[in-house]
Amino acid sequence: MTWRAAKVVAVRDETATARTLALAVRDWPGHVAGQHVDVRLTAPDGYSAVRSYSIASAPTSDGRIEITVERLPNGEVSPYLTQEVMVGDELELRGPIGGWFVWRSDQTESIQLLAGGSGIVPLMAMIRSRRSAGSNAPFRLLYSVRQPETVFYRDELRALSNQGDSVVITYAYTRVTPKDWPRPAGRINAELIARGTWPSNLRPSSYVCGPTSFVEHTTDLLIAAGHDRARIRTERFGATGERK
Amino acid sequence: MAIISRGFAGRRSAADAKLPPGQYLTTDFPVLSAGPTPRISLDRWEFTIDDGSNVLKRWDWKSFRELPTETITVDLHCVTRWSKLNTPWEGVSLDVLLADVKTDLPYGMFRSYGDYTTNLPLKDVMNKQAWIAFKYNGADLEPEHGGPARLLVPHLYLWKSAKWVKGITLMPHDKPGFWENLGYHIYGDPWLEQRYSGE
Repeated sequence: MTWRAAKVVAVRDETATARTLALAVRDWPGHVAGQHVDVRLTAPDGYSAVRSYSIASAPTSDGRIEITVERLPNGEVSPYLTQEVMVGDELELRGPIGGWFVWRSDQTESIQLLAGGSGIVPLMAMIRSRRSAGSNAPFRLLYSVRQPETVFYRDELRALSNQGDSVVITYAYTRVTPKDWPRPAGRINAELIARGTWPSNLRPSSYVCGPTSFVEHTTDLLIAAGHDRARIRTERFGATGERK
Repeated sequence: MAIISRGFAGRRSAADAKLPPGQYLTTDFPVLSAGPTPRISLDRWEFTIDDGSNVLKRWDWKSFRELPTETITVDLHCVTRWSKLNTPWEGVSLDVLLADVKTDLPYGMFRSYGDYTTNLPLKDVMNKQAWIAFKYNGADLEPEHGGPARLLVPHLYLWKSAKWVKGITLMPHDKPGFWENLGYHIYGDPWLEQRYSGE
């Protein structure tokens, strides 16, 4: 797999610690929603570091992709990508990588997305891909965040959930809720699964992405609610955070 | 020729010198799996070796745990770039499990609860290179790390160390397993950085 030059064409802060980079990639072969890329940084003395990041954008034909990077307190690469990088800088990347945790626009079954924190990124690519492909596949998203300020893509998700034929979104706040929120802050439980996800008799395909503890907990709840484990795909972040 | 990243210094440490190329050191134990964690009760657990048509060996949990075990301390290298050094395990060597299996078939497809598979040359799991591990750090192996028992093949990337392993199907030719079918390398040597197919 070849390394390709990628020019940073836009940066956008999603939260206080997460930033989206729009990249123009030379000879980008295209991707499927859910796939990721390897990003390589190289220091002047030749030392390099590589990390994987999920693609946040829908497939397009113009060679542009977006990644959203969450800054990790002790990260080696994420502080650079979220604080140093400027429009006009060049990075190297290769990909797309991964053929399992993907949604293809010819899938017509009901889709259940479950995101924990920055696990929203590959699921957002699926939501955006659904829209750009004109798909009518029924989508629901259950999005678990610590507090309102840590929601990625806030305005875009709000606009989506206000449209008729769209994606039904349920938020779960684990630490702090918005004002006047009907539920206290807390972990996702069986009641929230029942309220925020497709019933199992619809036989949806589920995509679960987030920290290991989130994925373990929510997939156990889905299976307890009657979902077929063979229809649940997962992607876990290690405790180190930097993907997959 | 790599593009130099303006203002990037990186963080080198002496420990990195002992790691395969492109890996970084971690002290926690990240988890990577393609689906939900299977919960397997020990009275239903079994491990079988077959040749594609006949079952050649079969153990239930009790007979498996009566086999001689070894404690080993090994380094782990995950294709997602973390490495963890000096991890302590207890398990049954594949040399023990394959001892009475008379076969000329040179490859094995390792099968797991939850339908995961991964392929390995048999020569890579013999001669003190691979174990079916059931304890980590002195405690029963947690389900999320592959318990009750997982394959441990530390000289290859960690996806080869199939969690929740339940058997081996011996094969005349090499054939890709789960991740190997999805773009990952057929063999997966971390020291040669064989991450993706074709590398």
